[in-house]
Amino acid sequence: MQKTPEHIKAKRYGMVIDLDKCIGCGDCMVACYAENNIPFKEDESDKMLSTNWIQVYKITNGKPFPETDICYIPKPCMQCAGRHEGHSPCVSVCPATATDYDWPTGIVSQIYTRCFGCRYCMAACPYHARKFNWWDPVWPADMKKYLNPHVSPRMRGVVEKCTFCYHRYQQARDKAYLEDRDELHENEYQTACAVACPTGAIVFGELDNPDHAVHELKQSKYAFRLLEKLNTNPKVYYLSTRKWVHRAGDNYLDGEEPDFGKGPDKKAQQHKESH
Amino acid sequence: MTTPAIPEGVKRCPTRQFALWLAVVGAVLLWGVYAMYLCWYKGLNQTNMNDAYGFALWIWADLAVIALGGGAFFSGFLAYIIGNKEVKHIINYAVIIGFICYSSALLILAIDIGQPLRGWFIFWHANVHSMLTEVAFCLSVYFAVLTIEFLPLIFENPKLDRIPFVHHMAHNLHEVMAVFAATGVFLSFFHQGSLGGVSGVLYGRPFSYRDGLFIWPWTFFLFTWSAAAVGPLFTISVTRLTEAITRKKLVKNSVYQMLAKISGWMLLTYIIAKIIDTWYWATEIAPSMGFAFMDFYSNNPLYGIWILVAEIILGGVVPALILITRKGRENGYLLFTAAILAMIGICLNRWVMVLQVMAVPLLPFQEWFMYSPSWQEVATTILPVAYGIILISLAHRYLLVFPQEKELNPGN
Repeated sequence: MQKTPEHIKAKRYGMVIDLDKCIGCGDCMVACYAENNIPFKEDESDKMLSTNWIQVYKITNGKPFPETDICYIPKPCMQCAGRHEGHSPCVSVCPATATDYDWPTGIVSQIYTRCFGCRYCMAACPYHARKFNWWDPVWPADMKKYLNPHVSPRMRGVVEKCTFCYHRYQQARDKAYLEDRDELHENEYQTACAVACPTGAIVFGELDNPDHAVHELKQSKYAFRLLEKLNTNPKVYYLSTRKWVHRAGDNYLDGEEPDFGKGPDKKAQQHKESH
Repeated sequence: MTTPAIPEGVKRCPTRQFALWLAVVGAVLLWGVYAMYLCWYKGLNQTNMNDAYGFALWIWADLAVIALGGGAFFSGFLAYIIGNKEVKHIINYAVIIGFICYSSALLILAIDIGQPLRGWFIFWHANVHSMLTEVAFCLSVYFAVLTIEFLPLIFENPKLDRIPFVHHMAHNLHEVMAVFAATGVFLSFFHQGSLGGVSGVLYGRPFSYRDGLFIWPWTFFLFTWSAAAVGPLFTISVTRLTEAITRKKLVKNSVYQMLAKISGWMLLTYIIAKIIDTWYWATEIAPSMGFAFMDFYSNNPLYGIWILVAEIILGGVVPALILITRKGRENGYLLFTAAILAMIGICLNRWVMVLQVMAVPLLPFQEWFMYSPSWQEVATTILPVAYGIILISLAHRYLLVFPQEKELNPGN
């Protein structure tokens, strides 16, 4: 884990996913597969053996018709900042520094050529966001022509995960550099899933930049994060006006209720004060 | 029958019988080697692990053999640091068992990692914040220490001893062995502990996460303490088993009694600490993460509350109470039963701290993640057992492992 160099103005890229808008079409997954050269097998029925950087869960409120309600939860890597910035659950445990916290962006990286496949990071991640290459990556012959030249395919025996399309960030930075700019515009760096989402449910940007839509969205009273009680401090926020969806995002003891309508930042503040 | 390679004054079985024994165990070994080849050649798709079970049978096997192999460092501590003379009669065997356990752990790790040829990256790109880095360093260095501790015994083989260089080397190694033993104790404290830390630091996994002292979670200390308690019991059990198979007395009862007494008190203090740790985790840590105690022990086909009761009561309290009483220790069957129970207890502890950690669903809409190993995983886990039996057989036949053997079997 590096320390933030003082001359770098750190950013925190993140995502806000409106679950009330998500229709579960899976476009985000398809876009991610194509963008990031994610391999697939003939039989993908066992999801715990599927390599996918973003996975869409379907959950229900468990009530009979006509009160049945469903919700789709797209789940990329949460790019956790951890208990203190940079102490992500996975970064702190990787024995070979093959996964790192990128201070300028807040994105958790994965160095495929350094990973030796111990899978300790997978054991550490409560979101199952990390995927192991159990097989050699194989694409149908014609598909090889369509692989993204900006993303390296991964070999058997290493762990991979969502990088918030970091190669797109690098390309945007290069462009900005050539134009003698320090700052990136919001639309210059967008993840493939956010671009592909047909309902605009996935919004991506700098969480701390008031000019970016995510800055305001994450402060919504209907915003929450998955498994907040674990203090993983994720950078993926969810929006839903349905209380049962909030309840499905974390674990509660008998008698406890989610702080529905307060928003994660207020909850975090309350949590700090209570400690 | 004696050949020059067999130590003088001891009796060994005929060569043909020994060869047959090696052939039977060797067949099991070859089965494991074939499974190992499949895992290396075809990859870890040969296992039943998946993205929910990054850690599974092999990591449990690693943790279990290292805990059981803890007899080497704790016996070394008693013999060379405390100066206990009785332990010196069993220390050779403890070192051999430790050597087998640690080499087995390294072998299993080499199969377990997805890119075995990159295994050295753990040293080259070491992340000093990772418990696994600490494990890798201490485990490798301690294995080197165990090899050095094993060497003088090999050098004392009658044939090798005739070579002047080897003879003097063995003598000199004996002279400095206390230094290596002390190094081994120091290293073992850290790697046994950091193995406990591997799951204890996972703050995203409420089942295993623990508070602790500075950077070390309480599991760090519990793992070290439990290995020191149960390791010598494994040494006793294997020695008793060797006595039964070779049909001769190899170590005096006083040695067993002394080791069992120390283990008993170690086990009792460990299990008290473990109960306190479990209580604090169940009432403070887990609820702060949104989990009730019984969330971890219900709604699944395997992990009921029975596993905690079996680990703490049957595998901890009961054997500890047997071992701290003189009557319990002096009764051969009770002593053996207590040792077996304690070993089962520690293996269960390592199992839940690896497998149950992976099994518990974290998001409320997920189901329990269940797993059963593939035959390749089972075969590669049995492989070190076969290797251990072969190494023990060879060591017992050609080396004077037990200094009291001649005295206890004067007719040979």
